[in-house]
Amino acid sequence: GPDPLITEVQPWASQLGDGVDVAPYGMPIRFEEHVIRRNVEWLTAETASSINFTPLHELDGIITPNGLCFERHHGGAAEIAKSDWRLMINGLVETPLVFTFADLMRFPRVNKIHFLECAANGGMEWAGAQLNGCQFTHGMIHNVMYTGVMLKDILAEAGVKTEGKWLLAEGADASGMTRSIPMEKALDDCMIAFKMNGEMLRKEQGYPARLVVPGWEGNMWIKWIRRLEVGDQPWEQREETSKYTDTMEDGRSRRWTWVMDAKSVITNPSPQAPITHGPGRTVITGVAWSGRGTIPRVDVTLNGGKTWFPARMDGPSLDKSMHRFYYEFDWDGSELLLQSRAVDSTGYVQPTKNQLRAFRGVNSVYHNNGIATWWVKPDGSAENVEIS
Amino acid sequence: EKIGLGRAALPEEITAWDIDVRPDGQGLPEGSGSVADGEELFSEKCAVCHGEFGEGVDNWPKLSGGQGTLDRDDPDKTIGSYWPYLSTAFDYVHRAMPFGQAQTLAADEVYAIVAYILYNNDLVEDDFVLSRENFTEVVLPNAEGFFFDDRDQTEVPAFTVEPCMENCKEKAEVTMRAAVLDVTPDDPTDDAATLIAAAAPAPEPAASPAPVSVAVAKPPVAAGYTISTDPALISAGEKVFKTCASCHKIGEGAKNATGPIMTGIVGRQAGTIEGFKYSKPMQEAGAGGLVWTPDNIAAYLRDPKGFVPKNKMAFNGLKKQDDIDAVIAYIASHGG
Repeated sequence: GPDPLITEVQPWASQLGDGVDVAPYGMPIRFEEHVIRRNVEWLTAETASSINFTPLHELDGIITPNGLCFERHHGGAAEIAKSDWRLMINGLVETPLVFTFADLMRFPRVNKIHFLECAANGGMEWAGAQLNGCQFTHGMIHNVMYTGVMLKDILAEAGVKTEGKWLLAEGADASGMTRSIPMEKALDDCMIAFKMNGEMLRKEQGYPARLVVPGWEGNMWIKWIRRLEVGDQPWEQREETSKYTDTMEDGRSRRWTWVMDAKSVITNPSPQAPITHGPGRTVITGVAWSGRGTIPRVDVTLNGGKTWFPARMDGPSLDKSMHRFYYEFDWDGSELLLQSRAVDSTGYVQPTKNQLRAFRGVNSVYHNNGIATWWVKPDGSAENVEIS
Repeated sequence: EKIGLGRAALPEEITAWDIDVRPDGQGLPEGSGSVADGEELFSEKCAVCHGEFGEGVDNWPKLSGGQGTLDRDDPDKTIGSYWPYLSTAFDYVHRAMPFGQAQTLAADEVYAIVAYILYNNDLVEDDFVLSRENFTEVVLPNAEGFFFDDRDQTEVPAFTVEPCMENCKEKAEVTMRAAVLDVTPDDPTDDAATLIAAAAPAPEPAASPAPVSVAVAKPPVAAGYTISTDPALISAGEKVFKTCASCHKIGEGAKNATGPIMTGIVGRQAGTIEGFKYSKPMQEAGAGGLVWTPDNIAAYLRDPKGFVPKNKMAFNGLKKQDDIDAVIAYIASHGG
């Protein structure tokens, strides 16, 4: 019969809605309350030193909304006013300097869209399929537009001495987060950012200023940045020795694995986002990224890798940024083994999990960029699986 | 090309913030500390999370042991087994520990705590004193266990090949399923079955859910357990409780730590100490009627993982009935 939503006058079509002063800072409509970051309680001892995950299956396009960008803290999210923020440059420089936030705003600004991926993204999946949802298997990533200052411009004010080959970046939080960064990268494309997607950084993303290290592992993107020390050798801090090093099958560990390899994931359908409409026209979509450049191509398979089809890339294709892909097809209601495979602008092809394990074994923890598989069943539900 | 922004950093400002230490010893402050002093400090400031011997409590990092495990499944990565440089331990303890009270340790205290960590890893003797002078003489066992990123020579060439599009393999069969492991956080709004049902044009009336039964094993303890008020037994229990004390506080003013407070626990419903974040199994056990009667405490202490499966207490259990009786007497003497 006729649809009452059409034939009957609905309250919203008759009565007035909210006025413009109801939400001075707008939040999503209540019907989207389930679109949130989530954590995995058993992963860590306590939430101040933990991680939560971006709900990739609820998003589209390439920009992550600020409130949904995953968080990783080692001593909780520090709360620092702009007026209390200082940035020091010391070490092998001509003049050690201190900047205020007001000083920072007087440098030339740049705007760049980049992905930030935690090196541990997918880390729970090394030994096999474990977490049932791309939010948990791939959600340690976000992609926003940063506004900030090129690091090389700030360093030039202090004058880096010729023997200065390394930079120690240090955060002001209770973990005193530190990472050593080679000077070549620091002077190339690193930024001190203070805005994301047009507004001030969120507290949990390092307000009022953070380091941006395009294409490199997220742990290096020091939040609440307070100090840059120039030196002639790396500092070998906790996060670059005991953590963020990749242990191989023979017990030796790979270090300085900074560049994030090309990777992709189908976000819909996926375990948290089943096919709900039954057989017929179905949209497969997902995201891909590479720390080495852009993603001109993503392939999709419906049968576990026997046959692949090129996906349709859509939206901006930017260096070291997320890319969006789609594959539209008519689903006959039979089982699918869905995978996506990214090919980056250098020709690097995202490997299968087993190809990756052949090099690294299963104890690597970090830098898992293997191809994920969703098993879609006739009822439309999907499950994270491993296949032969 | 300088813009002329910023001001000169003062020497005392640089000293205040520049506390980093390198493997060659650059940045080490004056000072020293002994294993003995470190043991005391560690017990007071570190053991609540890392255990008395650096063995780790719950998910908190383990600091000792694990040597010889790096080439096995789930390697045990500790300062003794994995960390390449001792300077990293000094730097990290100095800048970030104790967790939640960072930068409260004096240089001598950091030397002592690091010395004690070395001792727990069997790398120094109990009379060892670590100082700025002898610091760089200490070489950690896994110093040579690292190599530089070689992906450009190994993986990248292997993966940079034209990918197959057709007839790429004969079979693709499911070999492992995440749903079987069932470790994904529960999320009713995203539950696939709910979403599919909600989207169906004519949903079947939902069957009423079966009552959830809580799997609490029946304790192998004789009924009618009575609590002793024998002072000697209570005193013995106080000693046994030291094993528990790194996680559980008891007595007046005690606060929840890694484990819930034990004051007044006897006779209390399980999973109900205010402000403590219990595991789901423990919450369910309490909601399902588990009360900490002496019988149940005894059974739990004997086999924590068997009595409430998958609860988060890391302790393996007390094996001696005398210890169990004593510690219950001690706990009961603090209310309940």
